[in-house]
Amino acid sequence: MAHYEFDMPVTEQQIRQVRVNDTVTLNKTLYGIRDATQIHMFDHGRKTRFDLRGHAVVHTAPNVRWVGETQAAPSGYEPICIGTTTSARMERFTRPLMEQCGVRIIIGKGGLFAASQSAFKDIGGIYLAIVGGAAALETTWIEQIEEVDLDDLNPESLWKFRIKGFGPLLVAMDSHGGNLYTEVNKVARDNRAEVLAALGVKSA
Amino acid sequence: MKIDLQQIEDASKEIYIRALKLLPPDIKEGFKRLDATETNATGKAILGTMIRNIKVAEANTNLLCQDTGIPIYNVVIGTGVEVDGYALKQAIIQGCARATKEHPLRSSVVHPTTRQNEHTSCGRGVPVINIDFSNENNMLSMEMIPKGSGSEFNSWLKMALPADGIDAIKTFVIDCVLEAGGKTCPPTIVGVGVGGTADLCVHLSKVAATRALGTSCTDPEGAKLEKELSGVVNKLGVGPQGLGGDSTAFAVHVETAATHITLNPVAVNMQCHSARRSRATFTPLGLSYGF
Repeated sequence: MAHYEFDMPVTEQQIRQVRVNDTVTLNKTLYGIRDATQIHMFDHGRKTRFDLRGHAVVHTAPNVRWVGETQAAPSGYEPICIGTTTSARMERFTRPLMEQCGVRIIIGKGGLFAASQSAFKDIGGIYLAIVGGAAALETTWIEQIEEVDLDDLNPESLWKFRIKGFGPLLVAMDSHGGNLYTEVNKVARDNRAEVLAALGVKSA
Repeated sequence: MKIDLQQIEDASKEIYIRALKLLPPDIKEGFKRLDATETNATGKAILGTMIRNIKVAEANTNLLCQDTGIPIYNVVIGTGVEVDGYALKQAIIQGCARATKEHPLRSSVVHPTTRQNEHTSCGRGVPVINIDFSNENNMLSMEMIPKGSGSEFNSWLKMALPADGIDAIKTFVIDCVLEAGGKTCPPTIVGVGVGGTADLCVHLSKVAATRALGTSCTDPEGAKLEKELSGVVNKLGVGPQGLGGDSTAFAVHVETAATHITLNPVAVNMQCHSARRSRATFTPLGLSYGF
């Protein structure tokens, strides 16, 4: 189990060396993206001015305060609380996000499924598991909201964060077919019969 | 006792913000208990991060989780309380909107088809306001629950057959926990509604999921069932965040209601590890805040 420090953006080669159970800490740049952002980008054909090639996105919609554009808050927004949402709803956007925008890392909670797994394998991408609900801590890893795009979708805008020491995050899906969620899920399903028997369920 | 509506509005604002920032003591105790018994290294590390997050939120007076949830207010009105019911609801809505604007908080509430966000955490039928009555004299209490979507997204109802009996209920609960995996932000409180009509059953599952840890169902049969389910749910191995371990749930809670001779309804709703709730209580002594 290795640990990697990535100064974003990264290359395919950097991603391919990473395996499940490794840990990764990110620095410099991170983008925030969510359901509505991706519905508008991939279903309604809207474009972003951001260059996401080689970058990481986190499934989020932050709590922010509008303070007006200043040197300390160039986007006009100050972070209040930035956390991570459940990734499962955004499964079908992984491939377009990678193919059309060049994204290499998805950060989320709860995991993604087979379509994402094959996109990670084909194109070279990984899924990093952050601890959901630990947003107060996650916020301390974000220095600034540098820019914002598609802000009519606020809070589901496309956010550009400046980050420092964002992690360590667990590699839960890699580009070689490794997937911690399916491993755990298999163990849990194997335990089902025993648990039901302990509950005295007859037809288990 | 006459209720001051401005105080209701102010308290409605205050308990939304307090709920988002201060985790109730019973949930903190629950974390300690799980942390002491977790045997999986990944699970242990994740629990450690969650416990650290509670401390960071307190130290920075920040929100525990970014999900401000669907706001729910559970109001209980005792005897001898004088309050205009309609105005009470309006004051709660106003307080909820003020919390969102004045803190400010992310409004997580949109119209279901237009997806329009009013940026007030309010909309048609939201905040959810449940009103009940008790025989306690001169008391009005408001409980606030910001119900996060990770756990709410995974909600289930099954209208099982009477012939399938309690086995159908137990099997359904276990299968829901398996299907939820890491999506509900485990460790969770697994809320189970048993009986009633379809809507009452789902409501009971929410009551169960948001009940304080350490409390029991007042129906002895429900209490027996929740004890049994709590005893085995952590043998599944789903673990914190669905990444493996012993700490799948703090507990399974059950709430029951009588049902029709033809029905055997069971519903499951979960509360995530950020099991947030806050309370304001009005008595002749004044207004007090708690959990």
